[in-house]
Amino acid sequence: MANSTLTKKRSTAYGSTVALKAAMAVTGAILVLYLIAHMYGNLKVFSGQEAFDSYAQGLRELGYPLLPENGFLWVFRLVLLASVLIHIYSAVVLWVRARRARPMSQRYQVTKRVHRTYASYTMRWGGVLIALFVIFHILHLTVNVISPGGASDSPYERLVNGFQPEYWYVTLFYVASVIAVGFHLRHGIWSGLATLGANRANRQPRMNALAMGIAIIVTVGFLLPPLAVTFGLVESV
Amino acid sequence: MNITLRVWRQKGRDDEGRMVTYKLTDVSPDMSFLEMLDVLNEKLTLENEDPVAFDHDCREGICGACGVVIDGEAHGPEVTTTCQLHMRSFKDGDTITVEPWRAKAFPVVKDLVVDRSAFDRIVQAGGYISAPTGTAPDAHANPVPKTDADRAFDAATCIGCGACVAACPNASSMLFTAAKVTHLGMLPQGQPERASRVVSMINQQDEEDFGGCTNIGECAAVCPVGIPLDTISQLNRDLLGSLSKGVG
Repeated sequence: MANSTLTKKRSTAYGSTVALKAAMAVTGAILVLYLIAHMYGNLKVFSGQEAFDSYAQGLRELGYPLLPENGFLWVFRLVLLASVLIHIYSAVVLWVRARRARPMSQRYQVTKRVHRTYASYTMRWGGVLIALFVIFHILHLTVNVISPGGASDSPYERLVNGFQPEYWYVTLFYVASVIAVGFHLRHGIWSGLATLGANRANRQPRMNALAMGIAIIVTVGFLLPPLAVTFGLVESV
Repeated sequence: MNITLRVWRQKGRDDEGRMVTYKLTDVSPDMSFLEMLDVLNEKLTLENEDPVAFDHDCREGICGACGVVIDGEAHGPEVTTTCQLHMRSFKDGDTITVEPWRAKAFPVVKDLVVDRSAFDRIVQAGGYISAPTGTAPDAHANPVPKTDADRAFDAATCIGCGACVAACPNASSMLFTAAKVTHLGMLPQGQPERASRVVSMINQQDEEDFGGCTNIGECAAVCPVGIPLDTISQLNRDLLGSLSKGVG
């Protein structure tokens, strides 16, 4: 029924859907930049064990002696952790809102895709898969509590041990997750730019190309090292 | 043409509702979709059954009163209003599913009729200017760049039919609200309240239980008057600007 008095539960817009999306866009951008840096580090594996391990060690010593050892790394990790938590928090709140906006009892019997990309379907469940993967990934290659093929102090050996053909399920999970990341970036970069106000009709082809380009580069860049190990192109020295 | 219709029937707000199948013969391909529903209703009335309730008014595609989801698409397979959709867009023997707009903010009143007063309340929250502007000023008095005037006009063509909400996977009304924000934000009269307008309208939109925008673009793809998707980005820019200025 028409309600002529406007109720005002909120007078500021800091908690609005748009503000939540903006928080997702900014934290997403931080995570995308991190992914690109991470991918660059991974590709060092093709320069051999020494290059890879000294790169990893270099990250620990970055900013030293100005910062304490591992200082930069921990600041970096805290920024990433905060970004991930804000990103997930906003996503969950918006997901709940979207479900409330069209509850199960009001679902369409027939739905048809008119415009949306496949990638946009994968954002929420793809995001869940990525979150689970990141937990596994840290336990595997960072903390090395999970150590298929044997634990090691050398990051290079952890990588080579972990993606041997006999641990095909580790590789499979990795590949599936990286592809999910690719789809997440394809829609996420486009959506983040639009949320931050960059979308104009004449920019759309370039925005889509940028999103697609980064998604493909990141996906391929992350798939190469583990697959190279599985197929014997990168071996333990 | 012979067609089979699956139509959402719901006696009132609290009724559960269900799909009911009707067979219709001798449908002319030149009929509009609403005329086809008129034929169905005549038949139902003669059979002493309750006719299917649906919203409609001008039947010229300009008022925004009509609108149903046809085979999963808001306003059906053509980009136009339901009244301007013709049966020639379907084939003989087709089964056509007809559902109301689906959103918590648009409760079903009866059958295919939904209550869209949530839109009115979003406009009430800020989709206007409060400065008395008097009679139309001299055309030269306050020059508006042509591109701005065109964009304002494009946004102002929104007829508030609600197809954007119906098509949005999140049942978000962003395209509607963005059209109003863009329309007023491109013109000089809209400037004094520009920062507070977007805050009030977004808060009202959230309070009406519309979902958030995920920039998927289904809304603009089904919009019968072609409100551009980038109006949403303009709303976002305005809102983020308001927040950074500390307005709301």
